[in-house]
Amino acid sequence: MELFLQLTLAGLAIGSIYSCVALSVVMVYQASDHFNFAQGEMAMFSTYIAWTFLGMGAPIWLSFVLAVALSFLAGVVIERLLVKPVEDAPILNQIMVFIGLLVIFNNMAGWIWEFTIKPFPSLFPADFGFKSSLIGPHHMGVIGLTLLVLLLVFCFFRFTRVGLAMRAAAANPDSARLVGVSVGWMLALGWGLAAAIGAVGGILVAPIVYLEPNMMAGVLLYGFAGALLGGITSPGGAVLGGLIIGVLENWVGGYVPGGSELKLTFALILIIAVLLFKPAGLFGRVVVKRV
Amino acid sequence: MPFLEVKGLNAYYRNTQALFGLDFELEEGSITTILGANGAGKTTTLRSICRMVRTEGEIRFDGDDLTSFSTEKVARRGIAHVPEGRGTFVRQTVEDNLQLGAYTRKNKAEIAEDIERVYSYFPPLRERFKQQAGTLSGGEQQMLAIGRALMLRPRLMLLDEPSFGLGPLIVQEIYSIMRQIREQEGTSMLLVEQNANIALNLADHAYLLETGTVVMSGESHIIRDDENVRRSYLGY
Amino acid sequence: MDRPNPITPGLLIGFAIAVAFGIALPHLVSDFITYQFTLAMAWAIAMLGLNVLTGYNGQFSIGHSAFFAAGAYSAAIFIDHFGWGPYEAIVAAALISFVFGFLFGLPALRLEGLYLALATFALAVATPQLLKFDAFEHWTGGVQGIYVPKPDPIVSSISADQSLYYVALFIILSLMVITWCLLHSRSGRAMMAIRDNPIAAKTMGINTPLVKTTTFGISAMYAGIGGALFTYASEFVSPDAFNFFVAVYILVGSVVGGIVSIPGAIFGGLFIVFMPNFAQDIRLAYEWLPPPWAIFGVFLILIIYFVPFGVWGSLERLIVWTKRKVSG
Repeated sequence: MELFLQLTLAGLAIGSIYSCVALSVVMVYQASDHFNFAQGEMAMFSTYIAWTFLGMGAPIWLSFVLAVALSFLAGVVIERLLVKPVEDAPILNQIMVFIGLLVIFNNMAGWIWEFTIKPFPSLFPADFGFKSSLIGPHHMGVIGLTLLVLLLVFCFFRFTRVGLAMRAAAANPDSARLVGVSVGWMLALGWGLAAAIGAVGGILVAPIVYLEPNMMAGVLLYGFAGALLGGITSPGGAVLGGLIIGVLENWVGGYVPGGSELKLTFALILIIAVLLFKPAGLFGRVVVKRV
Repeated sequence: MPFLEVKGLNAYYRNTQALFGLDFELEEGSITTILGANGAGKTTTLRSICRMVRTEGEIRFDGDDLTSFSTEKVARRGIAHVPEGRGTFVRQTVEDNLQLGAYTRKNKAEIAEDIERVYSYFPPLRERFKQQAGTLSGGEQQMLAIGRALMLRPRLMLLDEPSFGLGPLIVQEIYSIMRQIREQEGTSMLLVEQNANIALNLADHAYLLETGTVVMSGESHIIRDDENVRRSYLGY
Repeated sequence: MDRPNPITPGLLIGFAIAVAFGIALPHLVSDFITYQFTLAMAWAIAMLGLNVLTGYNGQFSIGHSAFFAAGAYSAAIFIDHFGWGPYEAIVAAALISFVFGFLFGLPALRLEGLYLALATFALAVATPQLLKFDAFEHWTGGVQGIYVPKPDPIVSSISADQSLYYVALFIILSLMVITWCLLHSRSGRAMMAIRDNPIAAKTMGINTPLVKTTTFGISAMYAGIGGALFTYASEFVSPDAFNFFVAVYILVGSVVGGIVSIPGAIFGGLFIVFMPNFAQDIRLAYEWLPPPWAIFGVFLILIIYFVPFGVWGSLERLIVWTKRKVSG
């Protein structure tokens, strides 16, 4: 029972990181109908930026905030500069732009910070939270912080004028323009938010997987799986999807022999299974395709 | 100088030309209607003003040359477009739709006041203010679309077939509310209709469109009494 | 332009010159350069496979590294475990890759556009971990991988590198001709009809699922043959040699060469092998430049904006444009 609880709680912690990535994926999808294959590498790069601030002597929370803010800006700039020009291009061209971004971020990180694995400190001190044999302080902090971030995001979309405009721009760009919303900037803002939330995920996962340029490959895959499971059209669903995937992953790793070695295969199977049998996900709605 | 002036307007969808040298004007405070059959270019005319199609020619609104504007900038200048098919945000609530209509405005108290006013024009909306717009009936959605346009405090409203797909009673109701709005707010309106009869009853001036050009224009009652118009558009 | 080129005298002459150059090449350059050209052809074969799948059938894959790996590992295992000769092993690798591709093509039937891209992306990311899996270690050599000796020369008067080069040349030329014939057959027209208008294709009585899965199989088979040749040239397979970036190389090579083309794959293969060297040379002179693959990412995005048809597609358009100008 103790093992079960430990696995489940650790799964919730890692799952809340997947939720962040899943939410980024969903936000980009909502904003511009893309899967951003570079989302993971962008988060990785953000984490390196936080690491650089740390190296310059900044306190860890300041490094965190600065890195997240810079990621937001970078997301906006990337959308305006690189994604907007291929808005109406064939899907293959759009995919290539994301692959290009992935390659750039991966190699730039290796070039600037080298490919060696680096330890990354936790945002939370060793005596954070309450003493428990079931869950460590970092995991506790991860769950708390992601819940806070998700709550903020929810409030932003639910209660602010810009949040409302962003939802309108994603849902019905033509009508949004007719009421005076600058749809282009709303999409860029969506990208910025996605990059910022992804950065949170990267910085939270780095103490667990260690900082290196390929650290997000698996996390992004789980993020995609979470987003699809929850429903690519449903931000709340994506968050739940991420949590479910985190817990499932830990159960598989803990109880299935050889399971911990096949985590990515598990994600692959899950992605294909969801796409085949429940394309709308658990909470999404069916996307009606224009023919 | 007319409030809205369109001169030599050509409009294109990709390589297909939809308007051919269109000319018309609209006086401030008046209601002008553009009539014509399917495919005559009525919707395209409205879309041209809102910069949603590629055009050549002049579109001047209250001194501004709209042709260099983006769609959202046209909206910020006070032109509210009630588009074909209503264009409501179906997954947002009625209230959110109205809030979005006031997106260009900042004063929260005034916005709240205007929402009240929209509810008083369209009482069914008040009852359903927390409902998703997609769950409303066709007539209610049309009310919501007009209400959303009013939230802009528009100086000019563009209305694309408000009668489309609605039963005769509800069309009557909507048109009488539009008349009321005109009397109380003095908003100028450019109204596009296939239902020529009801449009001519409301409008001061009318233009008749055929395959992308104006074939006839004048005051509504003169157009209405024209023998040819009566035969081909009014059907009696 | 989105059909394979018809045979014209110009094309035949060009093809003959290219073949003659290909035959003469190992005698003009060192064994090392010959080896690099062999690698380029191994890549090019995989890219040709992707061109058939994406360019002519409209199915995306950013996971061809998986089939590349399937071919590479099958060949290595047949040689290492069963003592097969390298050429029998290539045939076996081709068949196994075909089966893998066909099987993956089944779920792919129900995935469109972006979703298929996502599924293949997941496949590529998961591949190295699968190759490392303990239970397969007896076959795959786990993290260590498998050593594969370079095949002996086919005739004793040439070196092993030259020999492998000629084998690769023979295979790629054959596959190009086979591909051209395939695309001009009934099945080829069905493939393109599905790409251009899936619904119309179905109503025309084309067995869409069969054509699509078979195309996936054929495409994977090409990738597998490329992977096997790649293994012979580099004498080694290991899980991390087939990471996601291998899928990126294949995709990028296809797009750079021209994804809706047959000869474009050759340009793609050459690009992937020689571009990093070239970029490295430039960096020797300008040390502040970022590393080749980062420049390459930028380059990739520029290509998408400025030459979206790739080398071959642009050549075709240039020729058409010139002809039109000349004829007035």
